[in-house]
Amino acid sequence: MVLESDVKGISRLADIRIPEDEIAEFTKQFNEIIDYFDILDMVDAGIEEDTPLYNIFRDDEVEPSLDQEEAISNSGETEEGFIRAPRVM
Amino acid sequence: MPVAVKDNISTSGIQTTCASRILEGYVPPFDAHVISLLKKEGAAIVGKTNMDEFGMGTSTEHSAYGPTLNPHDKERVPGGSSGGSAAAVASGMVPMALGSDTGGSIRCPASFCGIVGLKPTYGRVSRYGLIAYSNSLEQIGPMARTVREVSELMSVISSYDPHDSTSFDRPFEHEPVEDITGVRVGVPEEFFGEGVDHGVADSVSEALSVLESLGAKTVSCSLPGMQYALATYYVMCTSEASSNLSRFDGVRYGPKVDTKRQWHEEFRDERGGLFGREVQQRIMLGTFALSAGYYGKYYAKARAAKEQIKNDFLRLFKEVDIIAGPTMPTTAFRIGEKSDPLSMYKSDILTVPANLAGVPAISVPCGKSGRMPVGLQLMGRHFEDERVIDVAYAYEQEVAR
Repeated sequence: MVLESDVKGISRLADIRIPEDEIAEFTKQFNEIIDYFDILDMVDAGIEEDTPLYNIFRDDEVEPSLDQEEAISNSGETEEGFIRAPRVM
Repeated sequence: MPVAVKDNISTSGIQTTCASRILEGYVPPFDAHVISLLKKEGAAIVGKTNMDEFGMGTSTEHSAYGPTLNPHDKERVPGGSSGGSAAAVASGMVPMALGSDTGGSIRCPASFCGIVGLKPTYGRVSRYGLIAYSNSLEQIGPMARTVREVSELMSVISSYDPHDSTSFDRPFEHEPVEDITGVRVGVPEEFFGEGVDHGVADSVSEALSVLESLGAKTVSCSLPGMQYALATYYVMCTSEASSNLSRFDGVRYGPKVDTKRQWHEEFRDERGGLFGREVQQRIMLGTFALSAGYYGKYYAKARAAKEQIKNDFLRLFKEVDIIAGPTMPTTAFRIGEKSDPLSMYKSDILTVPANLAGVPAISVPCGKSGRMPVGLQLMGRHFEDERVIDVAYAYEQEVAR
């Protein structure tokens, strides 16, 4: 059972602001879906995955890629070839 | 050859929005691998098609730019999330289109709009340039009016791509074959349970009889993992989405943020204001499922259930070559009819297993129920997309006679 305070906590983790007047409805729908997930309690989580793993990384050699201009072309704010981001502090 | 492309596939120089406001104005500086392949073949990319925002939906009602209408009945949905691609093909605007399928997003609209749509074996078509929603489940795939055209488009887009770490080197070069004598078709009883419309069940049963008349052998079977399939799918895709969509913060792309403000404040407002309601809910569900204390209850269980479902398929494929049933439990519903999220999610019940197992799955039209198209779904072993195409082709050709 997820409470409204939990939903507010999750929205902080997810960096999504949910308006105060929508929290109640959001929490209600959230709980309906989470309740549906309870069927997974019956699953035995001890099943080992059988997939062999291959290392597909290539050697660290420079290959053609996006140039700097292309890479920053969709950015709202740039400065001397860098992307500006909001304040961290 | 004109091809329409779902708007979550990157097209260099052409706006790509994933039907979201948070990517409004985004112009990719590169082509998805499949787009490069199409251009090399001389295809003409005529436009980008509407979809549920970021692929999250079964009806294309969740687009930030408005819903798409079903060409067979404009008060009904075309299905989703590749509804725009399906409608463009079904209405004759283009002969072929690309869609993407995470939990049924190619097969559902193909079924609702009466066209053919293939979700390839996971790994057969590069995901490089597909804006990620749930990367362990999704595939780009071909949609067209006929099986032959789907097969032709598939042969263009399936090739190894070193840019996609999950890409296999198994190109598809196949001429559809009509002879399906001796093909064993398993029909899981779970695919005809309550919730499947009678009209749909009847159309699909008739289609199975046609397969038998062509020399295939149908046999009843069971997929016990079906009871967890939907919960497994929604835990996994929301978890992956919460991670994949964390990149959307208005800094590198999208409507820009105010850099004078503090980053969490700005991101919360940007994402809260520009993501649609359904997308917000799925990100929140995924964040919750992956959070400390809940990971073992949800995500770990879903991983185990996914493995069980894959093993169910492997076990069945020792006895049969194809698994068949309806693509969707109903025909296209009315716009606005499924306003409750959970009832919308339950529409995916027959399509999600193929994504969880990674097997190829096609939807081919098999008549109508109450004037609306019904889809027959055929699934095959991993990398036996060719056989899936053949059985669909044999059915289609027989019915056309």
